[in-house]
Amino acid sequence: MAEPGTRANPLRVAIIGAGPSAFYAADHLLKQEDLNVEIDMFDRLPTPYGLVRAGVAPDHQKIKTVTRAFARTATDPRFRFFGYVEFGRDISLDDIRRYYHQVLFATGAQSDKHMGIPGEGLRGSHPATEFVAWYNGHPDYRDCSFDLSCEQAVIVGVGNVAIDVARILSLTPAELARTDMADHAIAALSASKVRDVYLLGRRGPAQAAFTNPELKELGELAEADVIIRPDEAALDPLSQADLARDGDRALARKVEMIQSYAARPPAGLPRRLHLRFLVSPTELHGDANGHVSSVSLVRNRLTATATGSLVAEPTGETEEIAAGLVLRSVGYRGLPLPGIPFHDRWGVILNAHGRVLDPGTNAPIPGEYVTGWIKRGPTGVIGTNKPDSVETATAMLEDAREGTTFAPGDASCEAIAAFVRGRQPQCVTFDDWRRLDELEVAAGGRAGRPRVKFTSIEDMLRALGR
Amino acid sequence: MKMSVVLAGKGPAVFTIGPDQGVREAIQTLAANNIGALIVLDDRRFPTGILSERDIIRECARRDDTLHRSVGEIMTPEVTCGSPEDDVDAVLKTMTTGHFRHLPIVEDGQLVGMVTVGDLVKARMDQLEGAVETLQTQIMDS
Repeated sequence: MAEPGTRANPLRVAIIGAGPSAFYAADHLLKQEDLNVEIDMFDRLPTPYGLVRAGVAPDHQKIKTVTRAFARTATDPRFRFFGYVEFGRDISLDDIRRYYHQVLFATGAQSDKHMGIPGEGLRGSHPATEFVAWYNGHPDYRDCSFDLSCEQAVIVGVGNVAIDVARILSLTPAELARTDMADHAIAALSASKVRDVYLLGRRGPAQAAFTNPELKELGELAEADVIIRPDEAALDPLSQADLARDGDRALARKVEMIQSYAARPPAGLPRRLHLRFLVSPTELHGDANGHVSSVSLVRNRLTATATGSLVAEPTGETEEIAAGLVLRSVGYRGLPLPGIPFHDRWGVILNAHGRVLDPGTNAPIPGEYVTGWIKRGPTGVIGTNKPDSVETATAMLEDAREGTTFAPGDASCEAIAAFVRGRQPQCVTFDDWRRLDELEVAAGGRAGRPRVKFTSIEDMLRALGR
Repeated sequence: MKMSVVLAGKGPAVFTIGPDQGVREAIQTLAANNIGALIVLDDRRFPTGILSERDIIRECARRDDTLHRSVGEIMTPEVTCGSPEDDVDAVLKTMTTGHFRHLPIVEDGQLVGMVTVGDLVKARMDQLEGAVETLQTQIMDS
């Protein structure tokens, strides 16, 4: 048979996952003029957009406008969405090889890293990613509960997820009511007794991963003061030398902002958000009921490695912070997929520039590709997935032009759809999703909110008349 | 951004050679794989040096028998190694100011990969392109 990519014999691609990296890749594949591509995108949830829906903070609606571009990609007649179809449960790699020329895994990082310190498993200690998924109404996390009856909470980490979580914990009921946060979370957070939130950064202000707009936003909270200790805001000589040498303006601005918060007298607002630097948690302590009650910290100093990276080294000086809620935000982590080579240490599918590799030989496995966080690890903003996905899509197109693909049978798109429905009769199309989207936005309109989310799969299916 | 991100997207392939192997063999490996340097591993499989195109050219300019010498005689010893936990920005600066283009990455005493200045520049460019893409989408669609 002729190489796929023509009108009569399109290159059929299955994409597993429907987050930003999946859509950026689909967009690039569909743009090819000399190669005709048909895409079926699968997601384990009935709703697309991955962490744009379940990760981006509910008070950051503007960031979510990126979904308009994704929805435009979905209008291409050569694109189909099969929601509520899970790889490994409803469809397998063998099924895919039977129907498609290529498969692209874009399943993201669905788990979290551990701190590896005693007491991490106490009640009241959770991954921040769980808290995020809960307040964003992810169906798997809607039944989680977080103890918000304590006055002090600790968040370990100073990335944007940590900042989001700290900000969400500091919003007033009026601020929460303007978001598309899940109803259960608005109710719980509106009744929250948390007054002091501590963010713990292992290294100094110049190494914090959060970005400047997120830092600036902290200073604009209606009812929370940002508190930074002047001694922790001051740069150590190594960081100072680095900053002076490379003239990174964004970084200089970040450090300036941190130092200006440190210099600002608190306005006496009812809540306080403490940004701490050069401290690492060493142990969580529990009360008699096995619930976390405090966190031990050690103060760090920075030293340079052979390559000039600054790393935290404990000084031996310790302290303790009382806390009834501890959220660790030390990174998302990818999960292995059945039958796909995984690099456990890095938490990614083993790959070179998006081509999945055979771990025995390090040679590419024909037909299998990877993009997004499950390819490179959890890093970057939404747009970072675009160059990443273009790199993978370019490899897919190169290989397709050379004829290095799976060798599927000759199946019509109707036959594939019938097969998928046979495996998951409740599967959701993009039109179904549009209907859910309209219903959510309409419900939001009535409540003066961007949308009111469905948070259970049963509710979604019921709304679709199933 | 950590070095692990660059490694994860590049894969674990790294080309190595022993110090007792010949320069001719090294050149054949470089040419066959279209690469610019080989990591020289000692008996414990730890990087003991690096052999780059420049090392070979320098030696060829100095004497005519370079192809018949051993890798260990002409390699650059005392190679700087990085860790997957290192910051890309810091490493990029160190490589630029130190004028070296290849960096073996070692984790728990084991060589786990190698990155080039080109890999790091690309990672940095992708990061910037991603930030621009995000801002553009927000402006265009708002």
